[in-house]
Amino acid sequence: MQRAARHRTEADAAGQAPRARRRWGALVPIAPAFLVVLGLFIYPFAYGLILSLHPQGDLAKAGALANYAAFFGDARERTSIWNTLRLAVPVTLLDLAIALPLAYRLRRPLPGQRVITGLLVIPMTLGTVLLAEGMIEFFGPAGWLNKLLLALHLVATPVQFVHNYTGVFLSLLISDFPAVFLVLLGYASGIDPRLEQAARTLGAGWWQRLSRVTLPLLAPGIAAAAALSFVATFSVFPSAVLVGQPAGETRVIALAAWQAAYERFDYPQASAIAMVMAAIELVFVALVLAARNRAYQGPTIGGRG
Amino acid sequence: MNRPVARAPHTHAGGGPSWWVYALVGAFAVLVAGIFLSAFLNSIASTWFGGWLPDAYTTKWYRFAVAEFDLGYVLAITIVVGLSVTLLSLALGVPAAYVLARRAFPGRPLLLLLLILPMLVPPITYGIPLAAMLYRAHLGGSLAGVIIVNIVPAMPFVVLIMTPFFEQIDPNLERAARTLGASPGRVFRRVLLPIALPGVLAAGLLILVRAIALFELTFLVSGAKSQTLVVALYYAAFAAGIRPSQAIDAMAVVYMVTGLALLLAALRFINPVNMVIRVRQ
Repeated sequence: MQRAARHRTEADAAGQAPRARRRWGALVPIAPAFLVVLGLFIYPFAYGLILSLHPQGDLAKAGALANYAAFFGDARERTSIWNTLRLAVPVTLLDLAIALPLAYRLRRPLPGQRVITGLLVIPMTLGTVLLAEGMIEFFGPAGWLNKLLLALHLVATPVQFVHNYTGVFLSLLISDFPAVFLVLLGYASGIDPRLEQAARTLGAGWWQRLSRVTLPLLAPGIAAAAALSFVATFSVFPSAVLVGQPAGETRVIALAAWQAAYERFDYPQASAIAMVMAAIELVFVALVLAARNRAYQGPTIGGRG
Repeated sequence: MNRPVARAPHTHAGGGPSWWVYALVGAFAVLVAGIFLSAFLNSIASTWFGGWLPDAYTTKWYRFAVAEFDLGYVLAITIVVGLSVTLLSLALGVPAAYVLARRAFPGRPLLLLLLILPMLVPPITYGIPLAAMLYRAHLGGSLAGVIIVNIVPAMPFVVLIMTPFFEQIDPNLERAARTLGASPGRVFRRVLLPIALPGVLAAGLLILVRAIALFELTFLVSGAKSQTLVVALYYAAFAAGIRPSQAIDAMAVVYMVTGLALLLAALRFINPVNMVIRVRQ
């Protein structure tokens, strides 16, 4: 036994160099994927950053930060940040508020759960352009919703749901909800139900169980969902144009970047706006993660006892 | 979960009756169905004025859309882009997922995060510098450019789905094949691939749906001759008023049916929860 063990150690020592080479050689299949991410994702970020620091046209002599100064110096450009925030933050919060009780309840399979989750995935996958096109009919002045409200005598004249802030808000609320819900569901189903049963056995009421056991355990899921949802809604583009008011209250930051690139052909300025967009998203994600780190950290499964 | 202890006998801890779950999800489904259905009904309506339903039905808007929007060409481009993106993403992502699932090495979590990151960052954020890069390389507006940009968010999706899939395959199968003298390449082709085929197919279908539905990157890079269906739909909806709304909705329906058919096929193989996040059990 002992001799066999010693024999193995010696063999290990002898075969170490080729083994190490083999170990790194085994990673070769990752290389193409890694290079794609490096070249087409990481590099564009660096390229955009450098491009944004080389202003063109009238700004060329105004220094490296001229593109950023121009963006923040122009009230119309600056407002696009606010226009986007006042969509992204309420949509994220409302979707979380709706999805949280649902995901919590569905954490253990319910009859028809697959159908339910399947239904939710459909609008998410088909995308915002189709949703916006359908919304123009459904929420329009002669659409089914207004017909229903008029028939029920809830309103006297058709309500303007699309081509304004409300239109984009509704579109984001619908298109973003499935992802928030599915993220929360993923985390909720990883929580051991015995933890709550233990709290119940120890005499905790439902509010105590919710606030002291379940919510702290769900905190990472809530953080992940909030971060994903904010980042997705903050970069809203097609629906801000199709069901919003792109010249006014829904001139979002992605639209400002697009206009710089494709209407003024000023890629450096467009890259600067894209960098501002990425920075705001990064700050939000950092804030969410910091808040999440203050919450409970630990296993979500009970020990055996 | 098949351990009887874990199942609460009558009440769920902290849960009440579940009717409101169905009500809420039902309301969401009715809303989405209403949105899609009104677009569909409009596309087959000859006129639709005051009533709940169109006054009369016709298929002429589909013929109109095919002629006016060059729908046949756009569909062909969409299929070429979708299939190329799917095949290339699988070719890049499946080997990476396999290694990530099987090998433990320093920096593995970091590498996994890096490979999944492009899926989590909104395309419009990196799309503009990426498009600027491709235009500089004279690929802007070309079919190749559209295919290249769409790989960026699609390939991470393959890694996300296939890594847990490979993890659940018993490593003893590969060891046995290796012991019997098969080369690593042969093990991959003759042992792993047949087992992983359902997962690869499901991932492929999902990539196909997503490549067809992904708007921003295609929008930023495509030219007049390399538009996919969703970009053409955007331009049509953007210029609403020039053409009848029924014709635009006809195009929307063509897009919707294509995407829905592929999505439903994919959902037969894969749990929707795994489409957004990796669930650790």
